[in-house]
Amino acid sequence: MSAHSATAHPHVAHAEHHELGFVRTYIFSTDHKMIARQFLFLGLFMMIIGGLLALVIRWQLAWPETAVPGLGWILTETGGILEPGQYNMAFTMHATIMIFFVIMPILAGSFGNFCIPLMIGARDMAFPFLNMLSFSVAALSGVLMLAGFFVPGGHAAAGWTSYAPLSSVPEYTGTNWGQNLWCISLFVLGVSSMMGAINYITTIINMRAPGMKLFRMPLVVWSLFITAILLLLALPVLTSAVAMLLFDRTLGTSWFTPSGGGEPLLWQHLFWYFGHPEVYILILPAMGIASEILPVFARKPIFGYHAMAFSMIAIAFLSWVVYGHHMFISGMNPTLGLSFMVTTMIIAVPSAIKTFNWLGTLWGGRIQFKVPMLNALAFVWMFVIGGLSGIFMASTPVDIYIQDTYFIVAHIHYVVFGGSIFGAFAAIYYWFPKMFGRSMSAALGHLHFWPTFVFFNLTFFPMHIIGVGGQMRRIYNPLQYEFLLQQQHWNVIITIGALGLGIAQIPFVINFFWSLFKGPRAPVNPWNANTLEWSAPSPPPHLNWGRTLPTVYRGPYEYSAPESREDFLPQWQPPPARVGAGRH
Amino acid sequence: MLNWWLPDNASTYGEDIDWLFNLIYYITGATFILVTVAFLTFIVVYRDRPGRRARFTHGNAPLEIVWTVVPSLILVVLTFLSVPAWSKIKMTVPQTDFVVQVTGKQFNWQVTYPGPDGRFGTPDDKTLLDEMHVPVGKPIRVNLRSQDVIHSLFVPSFRFKQDAVPGREIATWFEVTKPGKYEVPCAELCGFGHSGMRAWVYAHTAEEYAKWAAENLRAEAAPVQQARANEPPAVGPPAVTTRKGKQ
Repeated sequence: MSAHSATAHPHVAHAEHHELGFVRTYIFSTDHKMIARQFLFLGLFMMIIGGLLALVIRWQLAWPETAVPGLGWILTETGGILEPGQYNMAFTMHATIMIFFVIMPILAGSFGNFCIPLMIGARDMAFPFLNMLSFSVAALSGVLMLAGFFVPGGHAAAGWTSYAPLSSVPEYTGTNWGQNLWCISLFVLGVSSMMGAINYITTIINMRAPGMKLFRMPLVVWSLFITAILLLLALPVLTSAVAMLLFDRTLGTSWFTPSGGGEPLLWQHLFWYFGHPEVYILILPAMGIASEILPVFARKPIFGYHAMAFSMIAIAFLSWVVYGHHMFISGMNPTLGLSFMVTTMIIAVPSAIKTFNWLGTLWGGRIQFKVPMLNALAFVWMFVIGGLSGIFMASTPVDIYIQDTYFIVAHIHYVVFGGSIFGAFAAIYYWFPKMFGRSMSAALGHLHFWPTFVFFNLTFFPMHIIGVGGQMRRIYNPLQYEFLLQQQHWNVIITIGALGLGIAQIPFVINFFWSLFKGPRAPVNPWNANTLEWSAPSPPPHLNWGRTLPTVYRGPYEYSAPESREDFLPQWQPPPARVGAGRH
Repeated sequence: MLNWWLPDNASTYGEDIDWLFNLIYYITGATFILVTVAFLTFIVVYRDRPGRRARFTHGNAPLEIVWTVVPSLILVVLTFLSVPAWSKIKMTVPQTDFVVQVTGKQFNWQVTYPGPDGRFGTPDDKTLLDEMHVPVGKPIRVNLRSQDVIHSLFVPSFRFKQDAVPGREIATWFEVTKPGKYEVPCAELCGFGHSGMRAWVYAHTAEEYAKWAAENLRAEAAPVQQARANEPPAVGPPAVTTRKGKQ
């Protein structure tokens, strides 16, 4: 099968000379690397919107019902003061955008597209046209989602979880087309994800270079493989559920509305059956990225490669049978809660294994604190906090109290920001030279990382405290509650942290765009790494390698191997004995 | 430290929840400290210095088995320790003659007492808005309903929380240990007036409660605290988002 991919493109040398027009090169490109860049730009653009929404939310919580600076020209009626319905819209869209249009496009969309063919030694994805379509459809979905901000009644305001019947009956929220567009956009996005997932799975199974056995694949490819399987099986459930929700809203069905014989908990079952695998869709690629970057900058093989791969497989299996832990107090049969508690406790084990293996990788290494490594280390450390706080809510009795409080908000942000976003930053700093052929500034990278790390913790750690104090999530004004008054100063501290976190992203934006156009030309293998993408030119041309594809001789993490004088031994470098044997 | 912020507990099973919370807090806290010490030690000790080569190792099977088995055991024990509290709180409702019906609606809690005949749905039912009076030292059975969307009845001081789902009645309970006035927010997003949807539980001593009930729950007593003027209509939520449902 690998030989097939090598011969499938007999005109490789010519292909590079085909001049494609602007539209075919930059907009409707079938090149996996261009599609990767497109997903990256989509994700980063949406991150700005999602981030600004977060700051609006935080302003309201720290200084409730005061004018949000800079919002006066949008909210002209109130002079910039957020109304409760608008506040609900802000947190609904913050989460929707960050999950579906930032983390998924950057981790699964961009790095999935970029890394898979380059790291397994393929010239492109198995279905390049489907790949192009996958981005076009995702972009369409993004446009539909953003359009919701401009319709009368405002955007969806029922939370990113959109619990029915609040979401299924327009009168309950007062939003009409906003919620409809939310459904349509996610439906379209589901189609995009499905196309991407099929492509990733097929490519990894069929198009690996000669010698690239499954257990010689870099762990980031493993993580993307498993993510793609989860995407393929989980997204259709959401896609169906949002279609049913849309029918309830527009065609008069009542899947989720009791007055018509529907069942509100059906939505929750469908949503979380997708939603929990989704959490792992968000975190698995970041785990893969960390597993990729730690060995490179510790100059040491990953500790327990097989355990790392199998623990991800275990997480993928278990992620289907833990979803009920989101519903312990939903009215679901409490006996069922017990079974979900058992599975939820079990799924903590593979995450623990991964953490200890990352520590094992650092042990005895020669750690270079370059910017990608700093972000990967932050990932490991912050993921530990996010993982441990999850154990509180796994215990059903404790969850009774902390469910729907800021403790949950703290937990999810330690996992998806402390985990996925630090993973995304690590990946951007690490692969930028290969992706764009230019190096990013290390100084600006440090200036971005350190304040981000500090302000991240200042923002999200105190959320555990106010959560334990009982502050509910999704409330507009904590000052309406007497028992929350004494901890309001924490809300102010959190907001100051969030503002700092926002400002800390400015060096990143400058660094990204400056390096994109003016950064120094990147060498082929700037980090002295072992995996195949570093054997292709920076940036790799169309079809990635010249006439012949690299052959793989060993696993991806042979750093500081005794048989090599250098402290790295690339996958594509033939063993000395073999070279001799081949000549005779 | 984190547990300092827990509100004072005022229910019987709150202690069980707090005990588990503290247990998990100490276990995860110790784990975090261990991992952090190892993490920081490694990145300081094994930082890049000239003339040193990284240790070439692919893993250590016994070590990996240990760090798989030990967390598994801890989590199994935690699961078993959680079961009794859960089954006591959520899987059973103790025998009691004190039953109230709580109905969530956008954006109030309606608390209905069965009246002297002890049955709901009869003319002597008494409904209070956003306030509940209960005696201490007696299990209170709450039949929880919703008229419109999902709400969640949350009493932080009792460690009590249960979603109210339209279309079904959920039987749940608590028992208060200390007389006092306790805040009851809604914990599930229920619309633009979600924030501020709040009731109060007044827990009285048995004698005081009897006095209160005699004055307020007798058939001929004047209705207490009837619906307020600016309250949204009981059936069918308001169609426009006006500025904050003033509670």
